[in-house]
Amino acid sequence: MVAVHLWSSLTRFTDGARVVEVEAATVAEALKQLVETHPGLGPILDGGISVVIDGEMVPNRHTAIEPGAEVYLMQRLKGG
Amino acid sequence: MAKDEFREFKLVGTRPDRPDGLDKVTGRARYGADISAPGMLWGAVVRSPHAHARIVSIDPSKALALDGVKAVVTRADFPEGLTGEDWNLQENTIAGERALYDGHAVAAVAATSKLLAEEAARLIAVEYEVLPHVIDVDDAIKPDAPVIRAGAADASVPEGMPPNVVRYMDFGRGDVEAGFAEADLVMERSYKTEATHQGYIEPHACLGQLGADGKGEMWVCTQGQWYIRKMCTAVLGLDASQLRVTPSEIGGGFGGKTTIFMEPLSLALSRKAGGKPVKIVMSRSEVLRATGPTASASMDVKIGLKKDGTITAARAEFRMQGGAFPGAPVDMALYCCFAPYNLTNVAHVGYDVLANRPKCAAYRAPGSPMGAFAVESLLDEMCRALKIDPLQMRLKNAVKEGDKSSYGPRFGSIGLIETLEATQAHPNLSIKLGPNQGRGIAAGYWFNHNGETSVSLAISEDGTAQVSVGTPDIGGSRASIALMTAETLGIGYEDVRVNVVETGALGVNEPTHGSRATFASGKAAVIAAGHAIKEMCRRAATEWGIEPEAVEWVNGAAQPAGPNAGKHPPMTIAEIAGKMGQTGGPISGHHESVPEGVGASFGCHVVDVEVDPETGRTTILRYLVVQDAGRAIHPAYVEGQYQGGAAQGIGWALNEAYIYDDKGRLANPVFLDYRIPVASDLPMIDTVIVEVPNPGHPYGVRGVGETGITPPLPAIANAIEDAVGVRMAHLPMSPATVLAALKARG
Repeated sequence: MVAVHLWSSLTRFTDGARVVEVEAATVAEALKQLVETHPGLGPILDGGISVVIDGEMVPNRHTAIEPGAEVYLMQRLKGG
Repeated sequence: MAKDEFREFKLVGTRPDRPDGLDKVTGRARYGADISAPGMLWGAVVRSPHAHARIVSIDPSKALALDGVKAVVTRADFPEGLTGEDWNLQENTIAGERALYDGHAVAAVAATSKLLAEEAARLIAVEYEVLPHVIDVDDAIKPDAPVIRAGAADASVPEGMPPNVVRYMDFGRGDVEAGFAEADLVMERSYKTEATHQGYIEPHACLGQLGADGKGEMWVCTQGQWYIRKMCTAVLGLDASQLRVTPSEIGGGFGGKTTIFMEPLSLALSRKAGGKPVKIVMSRSEVLRATGPTASASMDVKIGLKKDGTITAARAEFRMQGGAFPGAPVDMALYCCFAPYNLTNVAHVGYDVLANRPKCAAYRAPGSPMGAFAVESLLDEMCRALKIDPLQMRLKNAVKEGDKSSYGPRFGSIGLIETLEATQAHPNLSIKLGPNQGRGIAAGYWFNHNGETSVSLAISEDGTAQVSVGTPDIGGSRASIALMTAETLGIGYEDVRVNVVETGALGVNEPTHGSRATFASGKAAVIAAGHAIKEMCRRAATEWGIEPEAVEWVNGAAQPAGPNAGKHPPMTIAEIAGKMGQTGGPISGHHESVPEGVGASFGCHVVDVEVDPETGRTTILRYLVVQDAGRAIHPAYVEGQYQGGAAQGIGWALNEAYIYDDKGRLANPVFLDYRIPVASDLPMIDTVIVEVPNPGHPYGVRGVGETGITPPLPAIANAIEDAVGVRMAHLPMSPATVLAALKARG
């Protein structure tokens, strides 16, 4: 299982959970499961987010998630 | 100072001449407005004089009657049915039913001369029905504010929020109330910053050509040619690959040239004028009225502090307006504002709010300077109240590798403590100050960014190398990439030419934004050089009749890796390249990825000011920037980035602001009234490059372009309080506002 940390205002789509556990080996699988279990997250994820695994922003959705990894969803990061 | 001092480089870390220097000082460099084409027309844009108005009708007949006027376009010439950000871009390019801000484009015209196009634009009759408008973010978030666009809120906004709130976020951890209860001092303050413009010297300029067959070309001043392609083709309903976009040299961008403004208009005019190229060059007034300023912000911050300097809890609520479209960088502001501090209890709330202003664009560390202004100002005030040294307080709470960031994920290798220690050791902090003089300190943070990156490298017949990159050079990336490539190949800096190429030459590249060019294109160039080296070793091995694995690359030559590989004299890159046509053909390398391994960057600024109590004018006496670069590939450019960030931050702090009249019209759309700092306003800005190499980059690069604009806003506010005892909570801290604060204090 992978624990995905969400920002607080998403908890209204996850029955109040700030951390959602999913069965996933890759980023893509984790995001897919999140939407399957909590459909309200779909528009948020489709709108663009950044995924951070163990402190590293991971843009590649095929990236493997190692057991015990710390996964955070963040607003899409951009710069100037 | 570097952590990996055992690594030695021949070229990385040196300061060779800039590859673009001669072109720029002789006027040979070609900027956006320098591009022309045979048969070219000139475009001019009709802009709304109203902050908010329904467009009743547009009558171009008088303009079209002029001899030499070839085309007029309105929204009717653009496809319907776009959604999301594509619709936002199209609506901002040219208004549909309503003009949403002063300066919003409503029509455009192409004619055979610039003067004729401008005259024709004046003759296009637009009838407006003026609507109520709202400018200030605190007014715009009120439930009864004029509604900019119903239904614009995304899924993040809960039911029942005011109609102009289009994005909402909250995040944090711990128990902030319990944290405040632990503190010896809890303070809460409100702060405001006004919208400021990136202030690039070169106005937007482009030359667009589009035929009836849907094939087009564009020459444009931009930070990202692929973004121009993607956005223009989306707005016009074209296939992306049919538009070829070539970037010009660029006279500053700072984030403001990562999007589109009038570029689709030039293409639409060209298509309507039978495929003739159409050139549009914005005036300064158009740049200020209609291109991306940053957001304005209204911020509440509450912090708990112990007498020993420990931060026990922190809470921030930020409201930002980014114009008439979603996109104010309130998320980035919240992520960055507490990032320097190791916090157990922290909460963030953010609102992205619409107002009748131009669509904001990215501006150097988008959002971070505003957030720093609020948090670093309050921390300074609290340090004064508890008589704590502000630098020691920052050192006590500073994040380090492995700590959880205030926004959640743990930090990798970072150099905040090293940066604060270097600040502490700097002689500027020992200089005694006189009457009405004060010293201010503040820290700042930026993530840095990677992004889609594609680089190609080709070895020439004489053993020199060309590198094709897709990231326009706005801060020295060509020099830095040449240094890293030359270091890797073992050849001279002058033997590498780095070219910024058009969209047909490489895979997709994100713009030069997020301080990413030297990190991402540089990393890709090093990997590409590695591929070329591998191939050159293979060719040498074939010549020598040994296995490729038995060959190594040393000082620009292939050589046997050990005595078992046989005795062969080194084969230089020039020797290998000179006969590549007879040994298998061209030798090149390329790399495409979204490079991982981004390294975040912290900075600390110290400013000494003198405030004239009679006029309220603040003079910058001395200014120090200390920042972690990871590795400074070309230190002179790094210093330039530090100084440039500080200079822009000083302008933001002291003078710059979008000023609107009661009709919502921008009252200062020229540099005479919108006052950016000039050289005579500033002392030489001192810099210290801290080097804590980023392990995610082959040469340790973090990216240096953005962090430097983050601390100046609070550092100067803190210095003003130190000088004359007034706390400025609303930018800019112009002579008038400082004088008013002094008078109010009595």
